[in-house]
Amino acid sequence: MSEINANGAMSADPSARYYVRDHHPEHSTLLGFWIYLMSDCLLFAGLFAAYAVLGRNYAGGPTGAELFDLPTVALNTGFLLMSSITYGFAMIASQRKNLKATIVWLLITGAFGLAFLYLELDEFLHLIHEGAGPQRSAFLSSFFALVGTHGLHVTFGTVWLVTLCFQLGKHGLTPENNRRLMCLSMFWHFLDVIWIGVFTFVYLMGVLP
Amino acid sequence: MTMSDLNLTNLIFGRLSLDAIPYHEPILIGTFAGVALGGIAFLAAMFYFRLWGPFWRNWVTSIDHKKIGIMYMVLGIIMLLRGFADALMMRAQQAMAFGDNPGFLPPHHFDQVFTAHGTIMIFFVAMPLVTGLMNYVVPLQIGARDVSFPFLNNFSFWMTTFGAMLTMASLFIGEFGKTGWLAFPPLSGIAASPDVGVDYYIWSLQVAGVGTTLSGVNLLATIIKMRAPGMSMMKMPVFTWTALCTNALIVATFPILTITLAMLSLDRIAGFNFFTNELGGNPMLYVNLIWIWGHPEVYILILPVFGVFSEIVSTFSGKRLFGYTSMVYATVVITVLSYLVWLHHFFTMGSGASVNSFFGITTMIISIPTGAKIFNWLFTMYKGRIRFTVPMMWTVGFMLTFVIGGMTGVMLAVPPADFVLHNSLFLIAHFHNVIIGGVVFGLFAGINYWFPKAFGYTLNEFWGKVSFWCWLVGFWVAFTPLYIMGFMGVTRRMNHFDDPSLQIYFIVAALGALIIAAGIGAFLVQLFVSFMNRDKLRDVTGDPWNGRTLEWATSSPPPDYNFAFTPVVHDSDSWSDMKANQYQRPLKGFVDIHMPKNTGAGFIISALAFAFGFAMVWSMWLPAALSFAAMLVAIIVHTFNYKRDFYIKADEVNRTEEAHTRLLESHV
Repeated sequence: MSEINANGAMSADPSARYYVRDHHPEHSTLLGFWIYLMSDCLLFAGLFAAYAVLGRNYAGGPTGAELFDLPTVALNTGFLLMSSITYGFAMIASQRKNLKATIVWLLITGAFGLAFLYLELDEFLHLIHEGAGPQRSAFLSSFFALVGTHGLHVTFGTVWLVTLCFQLGKHGLTPENNRRLMCLSMFWHFLDVIWIGVFTFVYLMGVLP
Repeated sequence: MTMSDLNLTNLIFGRLSLDAIPYHEPILIGTFAGVALGGIAFLAAMFYFRLWGPFWRNWVTSIDHKKIGIMYMVLGIIMLLRGFADALMMRAQQAMAFGDNPGFLPPHHFDQVFTAHGTIMIFFVAMPLVTGLMNYVVPLQIGARDVSFPFLNNFSFWMTTFGAMLTMASLFIGEFGKTGWLAFPPLSGIAASPDVGVDYYIWSLQVAGVGTTLSGVNLLATIIKMRAPGMSMMKMPVFTWTALCTNALIVATFPILTITLAMLSLDRIAGFNFFTNELGGNPMLYVNLIWIWGHPEVYILILPVFGVFSEIVSTFSGKRLFGYTSMVYATVVITVLSYLVWLHHFFTMGSGASVNSFFGITTMIISIPTGAKIFNWLFTMYKGRIRFTVPMMWTVGFMLTFVIGGMTGVMLAVPPADFVLHNSLFLIAHFHNVIIGGVVFGLFAGINYWFPKAFGYTLNEFWGKVSFWCWLVGFWVAFTPLYIMGFMGVTRRMNHFDDPSLQIYFIVAALGALIIAAGIGAFLVQLFVSFMNRDKLRDVTGDPWNGRTLEWATSSPPPDYNFAFTPVVHDSDSWSDMKANQYQRPLKGFVDIHMPKNTGAGFIISALAFAFGFAMVWSMWLPAALSFAAMLVAIIVHTFNYKRDFYIKADEVNRTEEAHTRLLESHV
C-alpha cells in the first residue's frame, strides 16, 4: 500500500489516489507452474484411481507378486531419488552464480533420469516378453498406464533438461533461465513424489498376498 | 496386426481411404457443397481485399487478451450454428418419424447427429463463449494490462479452435461418434464401435482439452497475481470471483477428462482392458470418472454466467449488488459441492440406497447457495431504478426460466423419482432448461452488455429484443412438450416412434426449435444492423451503461495497454467510487508501457496438434509420429526465443490518450 501513499494521498489532485504512475505486477510464472503441476497431479490421480479399482483384476493372469522384482525397483527408486538430490545441488550452484557447476549437476541429474528410464523400459520389455503385456488383464493395463505415464513424464523432463543446458550455455544464469531452472526443479521433484506413490502403492502393496 | 499389414501404405494412410468420403449421403454432400462454396468465397474475398497479412499480424498471432477473447466469441457463435443445425435435424426427424414413416435420418446418421450436437454445444459453443467473456473482461475488471501468460493464451485459443476443426472434419471425412456425448463403454469400445467416430470424438476433445486446461491455469494465475493495487479478494467484482472459481474447477477437472479419454483410446488402439467386459475391465469405472469431470463441467459453464447476471443486475438497477459477501460464499460453496454430486447421473446403476441417498442429498444442498443468489439478484432490483435494456431483459428471463430448471433438477435429485425419470425426455428438458435458460441467456446478456466495450458501439435494441423474445418463447414451446413426454416415460435418443399419439408433442417441440432459430437469426441481424448504424450507436464515453466496475473506466474499445496508468482500487464497485469522487483522467506524465510481442508459435504448434490428432484418428502411425516430433521441435524452438516483449513509447501513449480526450470533448 506504500505506493498509494507515495503518489496518492499526499498529492493535491484528489484523482491521484485512483492510479499509480508506474506499476510492476509480480511475476506469476512460478504460481502458474505450480497450478499446472497440480493439474498434472490430478492426471495421476485418475490413473491411481483406475489402478485402485482394477489392480487386483488379474483375469487368471499373473499377479504383482509373481511379476515384480523388488530389488530392481528399489535400485530404480534409488536412481530417481539421487537425481532429485543432484538437482538440488544444481539449484545451489545456480544460486552461487556458478554456471559450470550448475550445468554439470544438471547433466548428472539427466544421467540418473536416463538410468531410471533404461531400467523401467527393461522391466516393461521383460514383462511383455513373458506374456504379461498390458493387454493381458485390467491389472496390467492399469499398471502399464500408470507407470508408463510417469516414465513419459521423466522422458519429457529429460528432454527439457537437455534443452535448458543449451540455453544456460547460450545465455547464462539470466533471470529467465533462473525461472526455468526453478520450474524444471519443481517438475522434477514432483515426479519424485509421484514415484514414491507408485513405488508404495503399486510395487510394495502389489506383492502383498 | 499381422506382419503383412505393416507395409508403407498402411503406415502412412492407416484406415483412411476414399471410402471415408460419404458421397452416398445427400445431406452431407449438400452441406459439404455449401461449406466449400462459402469457404471459397471467403478465401477469395480475403485475397481480393489483401486481408491475409493484417489477419495474420493482428489476429492469428495476437497475444492481446481482448483480441483472443473476441476470437473465442466468434468461434463459439460459428459453432452454435453447426450445433443448432443438428438440433433442427433431430427435431424434424422426431416430428415426422412415426408409424410407417422412417423420417429422413437413418439410425446411424441420427446417432451421429445427437452425439455431435451435445459434444459441439458443450465443448465448442458454451466453453469458447464463456472463456471468451472471461478472457476479454477479467483483465479489464482487475485493472491489468493482459493475462499472466499472453503467449499461452494464444496457444490455448488455437488448440480449442483446432479441436473444433477436428470435429468438423468428421462431417466430411469418415464419421462422428454414435455413442452419445459422453461415449460410455462398452458401446464406445472397439468391439461395438470399430469405426473412426469415437476416435474423432476422443482426439477433438484431447486437443481442445489441452487448450482449456492451460487457459484455466492462465486465468487463475492472472486473477491471483495481476489485480490492481488495493483490490483485495473481497473487493473483486463478482464476475471476476466467478471466473476465479470456474478456472479453479477447470484446472481441477479437465485432467480427469484427459486421462479418462486417454484410457479409452488405449483400450481402442492398443487393446488395453480398462473398460472392456473381458479380462477384468470395468465399464463403470469410466462412467464414474467421466462424470467426476462432467458434473463440475456444468458449473464451469454456469458460474461465470452467474457473474454476468450479477454485474448486469447491479448496473441496471443503479445499485450496489445486494449481499456481495454472501454472493462470493455461495459461489465458493457451489464450487466445492459440484465435486460431491457426480453419482446422481447414474442412480439407477446399482450403487445401493445409502450411496444414492448421500449423492441425492448433496445434490439438493447445491440448490441452497443457488437460491441465495436468486434472492440476492431480486433484492438488488428491489427499490432500484431499473432500466429494461436488452441485457436486463435476458437477466429477468433467466431468473424466471432458471428457477423452474432448478426445481426440476431437485426432483431428479430424489433417487426414487430418478428411477422413473432417468434417461427420459424429462432429463433432456431439465438440462436444456438450465443450460439454455442459464448459460445461453447469460451469454447473450453478456454479449449485449460488453459488446460496446469491445467494439465501441452499442447493439441495436430492437433486434436484441426480438432475439430475446424468440429465444424465451421458443425455449418454452420446444421443451414443455419434452417435460410432459418425460413424465409419460418417453426415452431420449429415439430415431423412430410407434405410438402416434405422441406425434403432436414432437411437432410442437419442432415449432419451438424454429422459433429459437428465428432468435438466432435475429441476433445475427442485430449484429449486422448495429454494424451498419455504428456511427449512430457510437459509445464515446467508454461507459455507455453507467457501469460500476473498472472495465468501464477506460475507452471503448480499450487501447492495447488497457490503462495508461494502473488504477488503484478502494471499493468493490471501484468505477462507481471513482465517479462519485469526481475522478479526472490523468492527461500527462505518461511513461513507456511494457508489453508482450505477438508470435505465430501458438498457431503453428496447434496446427501440428491437429495433424497429430487427425493421424491418430485414422491410425496413420507414420504421419502421427512425424507430426508429434514436429510439435516437440516447434515447442523447443519457441523456448529459444528470449525476446518476447517490447515497450509502447510514452509518446504513443500520449497520442492515444489525447485522441480519447478529443473524443470525450466532442461528445460534451
